[in-house]
Amino acid sequence: MSVDVLPRPAVGTPLRLTRPRLPRWAPLLVAVLAVCASGLVSLSLGWNLAGGACVAGVLYAVALPAWSALVESGRAARNRLMTTLVWVAFALAMVPLVSLVWKVVAEGAGVIDAEFLTYSMRNIVGPGGGIYHALAGTLLITLAATVISVPVGLLTALYLVEYGGRSRLSRTVTFMVDVMTGLPSIVAGLFAYALFVIFFGPGVRMGFGGAIALSLLMIPIVVRSAEEMLRLVPAELREASYALGVPKWCTVLRVVVPTALPGVITGVTLAVARVVGETAPLLIIAGSTDSVNTNLFGGRMMTLPVYIYYSFTQPGVPATYGQQRAWGAALVLIVIVMALNLLARLIGRLIARHR
Amino acid sequence: MSTGQLSTDRVSRFGTGRSRRAGDRVFAGATRAAALTILLAMAGVAIFLAVEGFPALGAGPAALAGASGFASYLWPLVYGTVLASVIALLIATPLSIGTALVISHYAPRRLARTLGYVVDLLAAIPSVVYGLWGIGFLGVHLAPAYVWLGEHASWIPFFAGPGSTTGRTILTAGIVLAIMVLPIITAIAREIFAQSPLLTQEAALALGATRWEMIRMAVLPSARSGLVSAVMLGLGRALGETMAVAMVLSASGVVTLDLIGNTNPSTIAANIALKFPEATGDEVSALIASGLALFVLTLAVNAAARAIVARSERKRT
Repeated sequence: MSVDVLPRPAVGTPLRLTRPRLPRWAPLLVAVLAVCASGLVSLSLGWNLAGGACVAGVLYAVALPAWSALVESGRAARNRLMTTLVWVAFALAMVPLVSLVWKVVAEGAGVIDAEFLTYSMRNIVGPGGGIYHALAGTLLITLAATVISVPVGLLTALYLVEYGGRSRLSRTVTFMVDVMTGLPSIVAGLFAYALFVIFFGPGVRMGFGGAIALSLLMIPIVVRSAEEMLRLVPAELREASYALGVPKWCTVLRVVVPTALPGVITGVTLAVARVVGETAPLLIIAGSTDSVNTNLFGGRMMTLPVYIYYSFTQPGVPATYGQQRAWGAALVLIVIVMALNLLARLIGRLIARHR
Repeated sequence: MSTGQLSTDRVSRFGTGRSRRAGDRVFAGATRAAALTILLAMAGVAIFLAVEGFPALGAGPAALAGASGFASYLWPLVYGTVLASVIALLIATPLSIGTALVISHYAPRRLARTLGYVVDLLAAIPSVVYGLWGIGFLGVHLAPAYVWLGEHASWIPFFAGPGSTTGRTILTAGIVLAIMVLPIITAIAREIFAQSPLLTQEAALALGATRWEMIRMAVLPSARSGLVSAVMLGLGRALGETMAVAMVLSASGVVTLDLIGNTNPSTIAANIALKFPEATGDEVSALIASGLALFVLTLAVNAAARAIVARSERKRT
């Protein structure tokens, strides 16, 4: 922008190097006006909250950039428009979360009582009954999946970090773990079924099969997090141990693993939180039942997610009781998952402070 | 091993000579065995699904839900799977880029960290709960909009209608899927935006660029390949997602462009979940074979995503 293009300021007025800008409260003012206007329109036309919010958003996104374009410049107007759009995208992303949590709590909170948590659905028609059998099944199957996947995942991570180096096997395993991360959960369930059919014949349903399927989903998460944590262990620690004459396996077990342990525990907890809500594989291989079954190898076993699915889609007659139980069970499941997530973060933070 | 003095008998506890090497060999063998287990498991997935699904190729219409061959059985399912995933990505991609920008560049630092947690929690909610919400809340509230669209916008092939009065359409399923993949794409996009070079951003601001111009010129160009792979990973998740679709969709296995009608295409995963509990004989084989097709589809998408990441990393170094 050369100087002679600018209009020469009249004699006596100071040269202005700044452009006019909207006051700081301009967005707030426009927002209030937009909400008022849309409130009037929706009240007079009888729209609901969602419609009113949409109108207010559109009004704001048009009015503020327009005002800005008049007073400031086209560039500033575009900036304000994009800022608005980015925040609107964020708000739209948050709406479902709020709505979901509100809906589950509102529908589920009234259902949960002592009976709901301690009774199974055996011989229950209509009201009453509970999720005890599903809780027991979820606990056992998740526990079995953890018992399978933690050793395999941890040892694999140790192989990748300590032994594999850049060997062909190491690269293949890294690739396969990537593939496993993207494995659809229902395919894991089908795999467990296809495997167990060979030993137990067609139509097999078994809690242990669910554990196999879940561990297939858990192992890649455990490997990833453990690998990351093991790589963070400083090489000086290993070298100091070797210098003292400690053999490699002992160094790994007593120096490297304990150092990385807190991070590994966090990773395992997150992995458990991820698989505890898995439905599809358990629907396939663990099946569903109304009674308590605590034998992983003894036939059908109910789990919490499958319970939610069947209670809502096949609620019986009248449908209200079954569907209420589904919302209650959903609330319990969300609480479990959130508790596991918070626990994982807490472990991570406690250890970080401890260091 | 905190003691400074390491006495000789302590050293001998580790063993010397042959026994020491044996310990190393056993441990190294154990880790290698675990790594091989993973390879075995993945090979097992492909092999067992292929073996159990093979009879479907010769199965008759009775086992294939009326289709004359396995290909015509699979095709509508693949169509529905891809359609639902594409709807999900069309909705989720702009929203998650916006959300990621809020967390990385727009929100104040402390608020941004909390928002990051909230998005992670969104990712932790089980899919069956999303399904429950989709059928019990979202679908019910979208139904009037579908009826309206079917009456007033039926000249658009996507809204041919008549609109579903239950709201259990492929569009609802796509929206629920969008909400489910949103946190995944957001988490990756957030990392990528945070990694874009700070000096270029500051230079842009110093030259008088507005915040949006700074993001467009200094953040988005370096993030492009990362964003593509993030969307691909989201696509992989959407393709394989089962329960939300199985619960929300009222499926009849047709191939149609209509997004809001009562007859909707089903998806591979939802079809398996709905049919498997009551399936017998060749029906089971057909479902397992369709599962293998889903596995191959997600594998291809994920591999493409990884390849894009690897290429951009090579370019950067």
